[in-house]
Amino acid sequence: MKHQPDITDLRWLLLSLGLVVALHVSHFAVWISLFIFGFGLWRYLIERNGWRLPSLFVLIPLTVLGGLGVLVTYKGLFGRDASVALLALMLSLKLMETRTQRDYVLLVFSGYFLTITAFLFNQSLLVGAYLILPLVCLTATLIGVSHLNGKLGWRFQTKLAAGLLAQATPIMLALFLLFPRVPGPLWGVPQDAYSGMSGLSDTMEPGNISQLSLSGAIAFRAEFKGEIPLGSQLYWRGPVLWHYDGRAWRMSSPNLNIPRESLQLKGEPTLYAVTLEPHNRNWLLMLDMPTATPPQASLTRELQVVSQRPVRTRMRYEGSSSLGYVLGENISERERELALQIPDGGNPRSNALARKWAEGGQGPAGIVQAALSMYRQQPFVYTLSPPLLTGADPMDDFLFNTRRGFCEHYAGSFVYLMRAAGVPARVVTGYQGGDVNPVGNYLIVRQSDAHAWAEVWLQGRGWVRVDPTAAVAPQRIERGISSALPQNEALPFFARREVSFLRKLYLNWDAINNGWNQWVLGYDQQRQMELLSRLAGSQLSWQDLAVALISSVGGIVLVISYFLLRSHRLKIDPLQKLYLEFLRKLEHVGLKRYSHEGPLDFSRRAARQLPTQAKDIDRITAAYASLRYRSDSSPQALEAFKRLIRTFKTS
Amino acid sequence: MLKLPDWKQWLRTARSNNAPAVLSRRHIYILPTRYGVLYAVVLIAMLVGSINYTLSLGFVLTFLLAGMGSMAMLHTWRNLAHLSITLHRAEPVFAGEHAIFEIVVNETSQRPRYAVAAKFEGHEASYADIPASGQALLKLALRTHKRGWLKSGRITCFTEFPLSLFHVWSYVELNSRCLVYPHPAMHNSEVPNSADMGAAGTLDARSGDDDFAGHRNYQIGDSPRRVDWKASSREQGLLTKQFQGEAKSSLWLDWTRTPGSNAEQRIQLLTRWVVDAHASRQSYGLRLPQQEFPPNTGQAHYHACLQALALLEVS
Repeated sequence: MKHQPDITDLRWLLLSLGLVVALHVSHFAVWISLFIFGFGLWRYLIERNGWRLPSLFVLIPLTVLGGLGVLVTYKGLFGRDASVALLALMLSLKLMETRTQRDYVLLVFSGYFLTITAFLFNQSLLVGAYLILPLVCLTATLIGVSHLNGKLGWRFQTKLAAGLLAQATPIMLALFLLFPRVPGPLWGVPQDAYSGMSGLSDTMEPGNISQLSLSGAIAFRAEFKGEIPLGSQLYWRGPVLWHYDGRAWRMSSPNLNIPRESLQLKGEPTLYAVTLEPHNRNWLLMLDMPTATPPQASLTRELQVVSQRPVRTRMRYEGSSSLGYVLGENISERERELALQIPDGGNPRSNALARKWAEGGQGPAGIVQAALSMYRQQPFVYTLSPPLLTGADPMDDFLFNTRRGFCEHYAGSFVYLMRAAGVPARVVTGYQGGDVNPVGNYLIVRQSDAHAWAEVWLQGRGWVRVDPTAAVAPQRIERGISSALPQNEALPFFARREVSFLRKLYLNWDAINNGWNQWVLGYDQQRQMELLSRLAGSQLSWQDLAVALISSVGGIVLVISYFLLRSHRLKIDPLQKLYLEFLRKLEHVGLKRYSHEGPLDFSRRAARQLPTQAKDIDRITAAYASLRYRSDSSPQALEAFKRLIRTFKTS
Repeated sequence: MLKLPDWKQWLRTARSNNAPAVLSRRHIYILPTRYGVLYAVVLIAMLVGSINYTLSLGFVLTFLLAGMGSMAMLHTWRNLAHLSITLHRAEPVFAGEHAIFEIVVNETSQRPRYAVAAKFEGHEASYADIPASGQALLKLALRTHKRGWLKSGRITCFTEFPLSLFHVWSYVELNSRCLVYPHPAMHNSEVPNSADMGAAGTLDARSGDDDFAGHRNYQIGDSPRRVDWKASSREQGLLTKQFQGEAKSSLWLDWTRTPGSNAEQRIQLLTRWVVDAHASRQSYGLRLPQQEFPPNTGQAHYHACLQALALLEVS
């Protein structure tokens, strides 16, 4: 008779579901995790102590309570976070009704589904590796519940589950490579999924970028077709900020009727590919100046590259930029006006200084140099934690008082001075430099590499990049932020570059991670077609793909069926094999054992015929008898027996 | 649920008369279970979700589970294939009880089998694990209604191990039968007098094993327990001990003197008398239209009488 699942099956089920929920704990509200584990514990105690299962009168109010809790915590019942939390809660409540085999199977399938929802939050390599654990446990639970007439033992169940999954892996690989990647989404994507992303913003206030520098998170990785350019050439263009209101710099309004700036290229373009982490904004980072835009992206007026939709999933795009260029050779009146805008009043000393330079008659280029020498010669300090500028004249405060600032201070103050002196200028934000990873030869650019610099418009040269930070802390430009800041500054760990052994480990890890991102997570339609066309040697169509898919999966199943379903030949056990070897040796001298002769009788007859080997024959037969008929079959005894036989000679 | 016509009767059956029936490739069928269909639905949902949200790991998981489903098909099939089934004769039972057929399942592929089940149609299944190159005994119950020979009918062997996603089954038909004795009537009839009877007609309630009452010569059919072996070792020949209870004369059960409105009732009444007589160790004889069983006691006599009653043909 078929039994009901017992406490061993329940332990398996709780373990598997616990492992799956562990994937979610980091993004569930604390009360939800507690709720779920609480129910798991309650169900276990019910089984162990023989209590009764709670009735519907208890479960229904708990369900409603859980639903209300999710509603309040996530402000809604739909959306990525809320739906997944609700699903997990309902599963744990279902545990309270779990009794028969059918309930167990349903919960195991739900466990599989809950695992996939974890990927909406995190698909890193660690999660991928961890995946094996809950999968094996869920499958082992299913095995246990399919065998209700006695115990199987946890070792057997685990081995069988792992075996099944291992046999399924070739099919998985074939399907993964060949299954056509339909570009998603098929329907809308929940909006709340992107709340946690951060990156460059479209305004700059003192403190914005230094705050970003506290994050060691990776902004993007870049692979170059040729040599990786020098640090001083790696300016990644982000939002261009025109408007200053006394506190913050902002982008110009998109409605202005100003044509795009012209661009003349000099020299060979540099080719590269960027894998950009999601940051919930539109801009794509490219080196100054981009010569071609990726598909579904466009150039703004100031030649910043923006995509049509905010970057919410990791994306990869190819880029080509020219490091030598002339941008905006001619400037319209309106642009000049915008580039000279500063708020009226305020910052009297800065204005006075700027006017002094303007009246010095050096021309705009000279004014730029004068400003840069000021930064170089005066005791300015580059620091992540400058004092706050709270007065009414923040520029004056910075330039003449504190003289301690981060790149946003230097860029902002420089552009202010230029504007006050009548030189059109603007602030450009983005990233500068990057960490070269020799393992894999690509560039890692982190949020801590965020930077702000300036562009001034000079007659005949267009918009020219001027980086005042280079005047204050040139090492920052050439070798990255960690070499520019004193040791005690609070830089995130991975932005530092000193600790050699850990760094090497980290770089290897990042290379693996990058590979994972590119080939597993980034395996989209384009990549698939590239890879398969390269393997096949020619362009592939949908039909070819379908045929390849069906035939390879079919082929794999056939091969595995062959191994699984063939009948086994009768295996002779090793002891018998050795004894047969002994018999064969004697056969060579004409001594064949009769089929009715037992080993002892035969050994006596053989000893009579070969008196010189009688002792050996006796010893071998005695060893054989003791190995066969007593339970004395240790591997050492078998080895000794093997040696006896091998050294036996018939002459 | 729709009652589909029994399409399964058209499937092949592994038949055998004497040799064991082997569940070979030709006789094994496979279909997904309800859970298998649900599994497919869940996988499709996961696949669609992975496409929509571009979850590469989602694809990995879905494809891995899909592969595992295919592997389950092979494993479940393999769990049943090439088993050989032998059916042993069932012990006789009374009508209304369950006939227990013992089947021995032999494993010849040097691979252990788990959760293999067998059942008669419409009855509960019996599960067993079979060790590699070993065998397992399964007891299957079959309901009985009428007296006489009961043929074993078709046995369904099936398994759903390891993942309950597929149901693999095979039919076995072996010629085995069970003798079903008639159902004894209720306890309230007296045995009518018989012309040969020496003593009163009531059944002796005493066990009859009280005082020793001398020897008599050994007759074939006497129970070896009643033989005086000590005497025999003293070279006095084989002597049977007699006891007080036996001094009572034996009981005759006669067909012609059995009340009952039809033949079946009379058979049931006779069965009841035989059972009671055997239980009280009374010596009894049975007289039927075609056969006669002289008074005796013991298991062999008991079963012989019951068999005669079971197989009695009435026109």
